[in-house]
Amino acid sequence: MATWHPKNEHEQIILAPVKQGVGRDRILWIVLASILLAGIAAWARQFVLGLGVTGMNRPVYWGVYITNFVFFIGLAHSGTFISAILRVTGADFRKPLTRAAEAITLFSLPFGVACIVIDMGRPDRVLNMIRYGRFQSPLLWDFTAVSLYLLSSIVFFYLSLIPDIALCRDRLTDVPPWKHRMYEILALGWTGDSHQYHRLERVLDAMAILMTMIVITVHTVVSWVFGMTIQPGWHTALIGPFFLLGAIFSGTAAVVIVLAILRKLYHLEDALPIGLFNSLRKLLITFTLGWLYMMIAEFLTTYYGSLPEEMEVFWQKFTGDFYLIFWGMTILVFFIPLFIFIFRAKDSIPWMVTAGVLINIGMWMERYVVIIPTETRPRLLYELVQGSYRPTWTEWLITAALFSGMGLLYAIFTRLFPIIPLWETVDSLEHEPEPERPEPRRFGERTAQV
Amino acid sequence: MARWSMVIDLDKCVACQGCSIACRFENNTPIVSPEEAELGREMLWNEVFPLRAEEGDIASEQSRFLTRPCMHCENPPCVKVCPVQATFIGDEGIVHQNYARCIGCRFCTVACPYGVRYFNWYAPSWEEGLEQHLNPDRVMGNGDLEGPAIRPRGVVEKCTYCIHRLHKARARAEAEGREIRSGEYVPACVQTCTGKARFFGDLEDPNSIVSQLSQERRAFRLLEEAGTRPKTIYLEEG
Repeated sequence: MATWHPKNEHEQIILAPVKQGVGRDRILWIVLASILLAGIAAWARQFVLGLGVTGMNRPVYWGVYITNFVFFIGLAHSGTFISAILRVTGADFRKPLTRAAEAITLFSLPFGVACIVIDMGRPDRVLNMIRYGRFQSPLLWDFTAVSLYLLSSIVFFYLSLIPDIALCRDRLTDVPPWKHRMYEILALGWTGDSHQYHRLERVLDAMAILMTMIVITVHTVVSWVFGMTIQPGWHTALIGPFFLLGAIFSGTAAVVIVLAILRKLYHLEDALPIGLFNSLRKLLITFTLGWLYMMIAEFLTTYYGSLPEEMEVFWQKFTGDFYLIFWGMTILVFFIPLFIFIFRAKDSIPWMVTAGVLINIGMWMERYVVIIPTETRPRLLYELVQGSYRPTWTEWLITAALFSGMGLLYAIFTRLFPIIPLWETVDSLEHEPEPERPEPRRFGERTAQV
Repeated sequence: MARWSMVIDLDKCVACQGCSIACRFENNTPIVSPEEAELGREMLWNEVFPLRAEEGDIASEQSRFLTRPCMHCENPPCVKVCPVQATFIGDEGIVHQNYARCIGCRFCTVACPYGVRYFNWYAPSWEEGLEQHLNPDRVMGNGDLEGPAIRPRGVVEKCTYCIHRLHKARARAEAEGREIRSGEYVPACVQTCTGKARFFGDLEDPNSIVSQLSQERRAFRLLEEAGTRPKTIYLEEG
């Protein structure tokens, strides 16, 4: 039986980047790969010499690496938010965006995990986490939640990719043999009959619920690494929801940037209409205001309680060593984006991208300003030793490498697989009447014995 | 079962830093370059800090100091967060640090409100000649490496109440078929203290010096409000 594929009017333009092959991309790949390699070299040097090559010290024991960890896990939330949470709530505008957003998840998670290993003094002992793991430690919660998130994201992403891989297998016959062979294997013998589509939708719906639960767990648990200590500025119940909101906020802003780039470079104007950006704009306005709400809730509570050790950290942020980053972040994440979204960004992709970039820079700064000021004024030591922190070139180079690595994986992916889901964006998947399915049996119910 | 505790009388402390130096040589803490020390990477398991004078304090003319070993909390924030049980509270209340297992995530260092934990940013080094005179004591076995044993780079270390001295005292007592006598096990800082400001003993024994002193009206613990219940107890000045 020949494979059936749903008819998608944008099939040609969506498949074009995959058909085209590498071409001029090679230069971009080489640039990204060399930054990645330089970062790996810097990490190797750090491994040999010790973490002393970073700017970390006492009491600022955690620096840019942990900031990156939180940021990358936050970026990852974009994909799951758009593909899972919006699937559960039935927001259909998500359909053309799902894969582009999920790919951000998939390619930022490994670099988030890498941050933890890079930050470890003894990465060679990483397996101790499994051998001697203590589930009372929030770091093990992180380890478990993030690995589960990575695994389930891969499965979720791959499942929704199968029909399109089968399409590539059948349509792209003049690609290099290795590429065709790859499509053949990864398509898992997909034939596109209605049973398969029906089953796939059911699995994806069920997984979307699971993914929604995981995504909320993951970023809350990430924040608990800080929240479960008794350090001022960290030990607040708000830190979990605040991290979660920030993650979805920066993630959605990242989707805007990625979509605009894809749309421009791969001429996907018809497949990614401007209306999508307007839908994202509405979401982002909500998140911007939500962010302000969280800020006020957190800092007003701290200020009125005015516990001495909490106020040390509070003033560090508002007027102390970190005032530039703190106020810069507030302007980048809140004031400018809100102004852009309300007055400029409707039907304007350049303004949307500007806001998206500002939000992501600002959210990185936000992670930094949550983590570092607390460490410079720990409970007892704020009277004794006052910390300061200046990252070194090793830390910046490794940070650049992490972002390049993510970009590289993304760029390669767009040349191998269609970045807009073809089967999800068609009008109808019905090519024959829905087959009869047996009534599902309730748990414990017995069939009548005749 | 003993519950080891230290009492520091701040009235008697003259801030000579003898405790810091005795600890350094007893426990082989590495010496860092002045540039590294500037960054805040010096290693002194027992640090002596000058206290900031309160504004408008009449007594602010007088310099005040605080000497700070590990608090060996009954409810230690560091132990709670360690992902691999490299730090744990022993039967006798001492908070151990196992260098052989530590993965260097530094969760304990950020969780400790007293800043008693130190990280090996580089492999340890000593000045020429000094490395010939390191303390050979080490506590090993069962996958553990504790006490003055040389730490590799990338792991966390801290005051252990000179745990190797406890092991030695116990071995001696066992060989002679008796209990450890009071005063038989004291950390190096207590032994060396110029002003005789430090006392060490078993809190379970109501007659021990630390039990007696901990009942004094001057007795207090650092950051009592944090609920960590330290076994290092201070006696207030004045």
